[in-house]
Amino acid sequence: MTLLLVVLIPFMGALLPPLVIRSGRNTCAVATGGVTLLALALLMSHAPAVFSGEVPKAGVDWVPAMGLSLSVFADGLGFFFAAMILVIGLLVIVYARFYLSREDPMGRFFAYLLLFQGSMVGVVLSDNVILLLVFWEMTSLTSFLLIGFWTKRADARQGARMALVITGGGGLALIAGLLLLAQAAGSYQLTEILSRGEMVRASPLYLPALLLVLAGAFTKSAQFPFHFWLPHAMAAPTPVSAYLHSATMVKAGVFLLARLWPVLAGTEAWFLIIAPAGLVTMLIGAAIALFRNDLKGLLAYSTVSHLGLMTMLLGLGTPMAAVAAVFHVINHATFKAALFMSAGIVDHEAGTRDIRRLGGLMVLMPVTGTLALLAAASMAGVPLFNGFLSKEMMLEEAAHTSYLGLDLLFPVLATVAAVFSVAYSARFAIGTFLGPVRGDYPHHPHDPPLGMWLPVAVLVVPVIAIGLFPGPVAGPLVALTAAAVIGGPLPDYHLALWHGITPALVMSLVAFAGAAALILAFRRADALRARLPRIDAKAMFEASTGMFVVGCRRSLVALHDGALARYMGVTVATLIAVGGYGFWSATHGAGTRPPLPVTATALTAFLALVLASGGVLAFHGERLTALILTGVVGVVVALAFLQFSAPDLALTQISVDVVTTILMLLALNLLPKATPREQSLAVRWRDGTVAGLAGLGVAGLAYAVMTRNGTSISEYYLTQSKPGGGGTNVVNVILVDFRGYDTFAEIIVLGIAALAIYALLDPALKGAAVRRIKAMLPRTESRDAHPLLLVVATRVLLPLSLVVGAYIFLRGHNEPGGGFIAGLVVAIALIMQYIASGYGWAAERMKVDAQSMIGAGVAIAGLTGIAAFAFGRPFLTSTFGYLHSPVVGTFELASAMAFDLGVFLTVVGVMLLSLAQLSRVAHRVDPSPESREPMDVQLERTVPRTAGGES
Amino acid sequence: MIAAAITIAGGAICLAILLTLYRLAVGPDATDRVLALDTLVIETIALIVLGGIAFGIAMYFEAALLFAMVGFVTTVAFCKFLLRGNVIE
Repeated sequence: MTLLLVVLIPFMGALLPPLVIRSGRNTCAVATGGVTLLALALLMSHAPAVFSGEVPKAGVDWVPAMGLSLSVFADGLGFFFAAMILVIGLLVIVYARFYLSREDPMGRFFAYLLLFQGSMVGVVLSDNVILLLVFWEMTSLTSFLLIGFWTKRADARQGARMALVITGGGGLALIAGLLLLAQAAGSYQLTEILSRGEMVRASPLYLPALLLVLAGAFTKSAQFPFHFWLPHAMAAPTPVSAYLHSATMVKAGVFLLARLWPVLAGTEAWFLIIAPAGLVTMLIGAAIALFRNDLKGLLAYSTVSHLGLMTMLLGLGTPMAAVAAVFHVINHATFKAALFMSAGIVDHEAGTRDIRRLGGLMVLMPVTGTLALLAAASMAGVPLFNGFLSKEMMLEEAAHTSYLGLDLLFPVLATVAAVFSVAYSARFAIGTFLGPVRGDYPHHPHDPPLGMWLPVAVLVVPVIAIGLFPGPVAGPLVALTAAAVIGGPLPDYHLALWHGITPALVMSLVAFAGAAALILAFRRADALRARLPRIDAKAMFEASTGMFVVGCRRSLVALHDGALARYMGVTVATLIAVGGYGFWSATHGAGTRPPLPVTATALTAFLALVLASGGVLAFHGERLTALILTGVVGVVVALAFLQFSAPDLALTQISVDVVTTILMLLALNLLPKATPREQSLAVRWRDGTVAGLAGLGVAGLAYAVMTRNGTSISEYYLTQSKPGGGGTNVVNVILVDFRGYDTFAEIIVLGIAALAIYALLDPALKGAAVRRIKAMLPRTESRDAHPLLLVVATRVLLPLSLVVGAYIFLRGHNEPGGGFIAGLVVAIALIMQYIASGYGWAAERMKVDAQSMIGAGVAIAGLTGIAAFAFGRPFLTSTFGYLHSPVVGTFELASAMAFDLGVFLTVVGVMLLSLAQLSRVAHRVDPSPESREPMDVQLERTVPRTAGGES
Repeated sequence: MIAAAITIAGGAICLAILLTLYRLAVGPDATDRVLALDTLVIETIALIVLGGIAFGIAMYFEAALLFAMVGFVTTVAFCKFLLRGNVIE
């Protein structure tokens, strides 16, 4: 399980930096470093096992039905990458502590960095392809945040966006690719897939899977032609560049190729696609790097080139090349991170990263200069440094590679790339540190504090140690990692400085000679380059994304024009078409169940319903009339519920009707009193036809269902209600128990809706809107705002209604009632007071505000659900028992009652909040002085508390 | 005896409802219609109580009680709207 913690600790630790930043920047950095160190220590506890050949695994099921499990494993490859990510992460944290200025929000930075670290460790340790994809996408997202860390800078935002689009887009392809791969291998577990290489390569899904996986890997690892995002990502703070864009994230693509090497490599397609892609990237990256004047830009293109080198080696598909690739991953991570950090130091101290304004820094900052020169030598491939060794291995492999019969293609192009590579390394070193001291640096450069150059020094140590003693220092690690990549016996190789006069040595010598010539003739070469046509990848990218956005917007506007009638029309017409087709293409007979007799009462009610519904249709333009008629419909519906044995629904309908009418009246006060006719007669006929057909269809369906004796799920609920839910009122048991999840979600939605009404109405009525509404307000017909009779009646009714509410609530589980109805009854009782004595008077006497009531309601319902966890049961499992009390006798106590209390509180809160807010709006439109008295009539011995009691 | 009484009362209530519906349809004012709705609620209460007696179900009485307790609030709200514009001042 500790292995799983290695992945999870950075995520949990990401909460820490923003919290402890209050105690200072040092504490913040120490906390972040501590998190990383803890993860590293846990990883290292597995080192003995990994080195002895075991593969530690850990994991728990997540969504087993989907093949998703939270499982990790650490073979040589995963272990090596995880260790590299954590070790370099630690150094970057130290470096960033001194790099970031006081103005930068360090807590946020370290939080992002830890999130990235966790995602990256997750990528390399995942044992499940879906989990890997999740982490893969998270690296894209967190790197977006890190690149755009300086949000005020436009180039940072653009660079972050570009990186996200390219790597995120590749991530989408990767999702498809890995799912196809899992399909071909018949498992979602990587350990399984890795052992089924033959099966995958023989599968017809192999080629599509390969292409899609490569799309993901190439975009992430900045392979040509997707390389252009990486230089633009250099707008990030330098610690990010050193961490993400040299050592870790851009290696994720290389890692993926290495990870899937045993499964996918060894075919014609693998070699023919990947090897040239890597070669071209290596060449182009190196060539562009030479002419870059920005230190970080130069290093970025150099990174592109080195990533191409690794990709090419993996693409060759031979075990020997794989060993070289792994070895170069180690070497590149050390010298390139060191160089990025040095570039950051130069920028920090000298105030510029432009090579043309630098030079001679060796004298002014000897420590940084020495470290940077050592790392640059390794980048160039100078003997005695680690870069030399892996580059020799690369050249050796390239020398023996024949591509489609062309024996010279790979050796020649690899040598040319090496020429450029030596040349840009030399230009970096000479242009920045050597040469005469200048007097025109923007700042006065000197060596930075220890904390800033120490991480560089730590990285330079392996550069030299591996360079001098490759076998003893790096041998075991390379063997371990390479064995995991190859998944079989290692080829016969040995890491050493001297291999005799080999083709690679010759190519190396050619590279050094060529580079010397190139540096001497740099001015002429640069002039030549300036005359070549330039391809501005950024402009092309912006243009194409711009076109894409415009296209999306156009199609969106065409499809989603905001006309509700149109959406409904399309939906309903489709339903009619599909339903009609189903109806006409089948045979059917009349129902068997005899209809009920038609009584005079039923006929009257039916008549009232038809008349009122028809009236609403005819008078829908006159809003008040329509509202009155809707009230009639409500009454008849309540009657129908009562008649057909649904007392719960009848009670709900009765109270909902009251609340709805008041709500509509409050809104109507602020709205025009009539709806204008906006559609032509033809459109009305068309819409009427669709609506009529749909109505006939629904009526027919209802009739068909009601004339047949079908089996339904009601039976289950009826029999299970008492034994399963502990209540005899099936409706209530369904609400609070069987479908408690639904109810829980619904009260949350209800609460959100009320808060949205509150929030939307709060600022909406200012300026022009208020004036418009004012012109619309109806004439005041009466001066009696708070009539005495009404005040007395509602005051008498208040305790009565509250008792009824409490009664309905308490018996709800076994008899008609429950939290919802009780909430409505209590809300009506309170609203009555608002209507009778005004908002000001009533609000003063309401000690609990509606928002807290909603919050408490949802919290109580949620806590009741969570309480089930304490007994080891799933969320919202209810329980009930019987208590014996001397006075009351035996009574039932169900946990569902607490849940119902939550429903009750939410309903009351929602009603009060929305009604009160609507009435507040009207008050704002017409701010007449508010009465603090219960009624307008002054009774004897009543002393007015405020002036202007009469409104 | 009780059955006959229920039949006669039911018929009377139905007749009242039909007359109310006539007022609702004809109007002419919003005030008339609001009053018609109020009357309809009272008739419904009567009908529910009658149903409770006829079928012997106590639950009907509770529905009637709830109707009686909250039904008038709708009428009050309509009246306040017509007279004052704002229902809650």
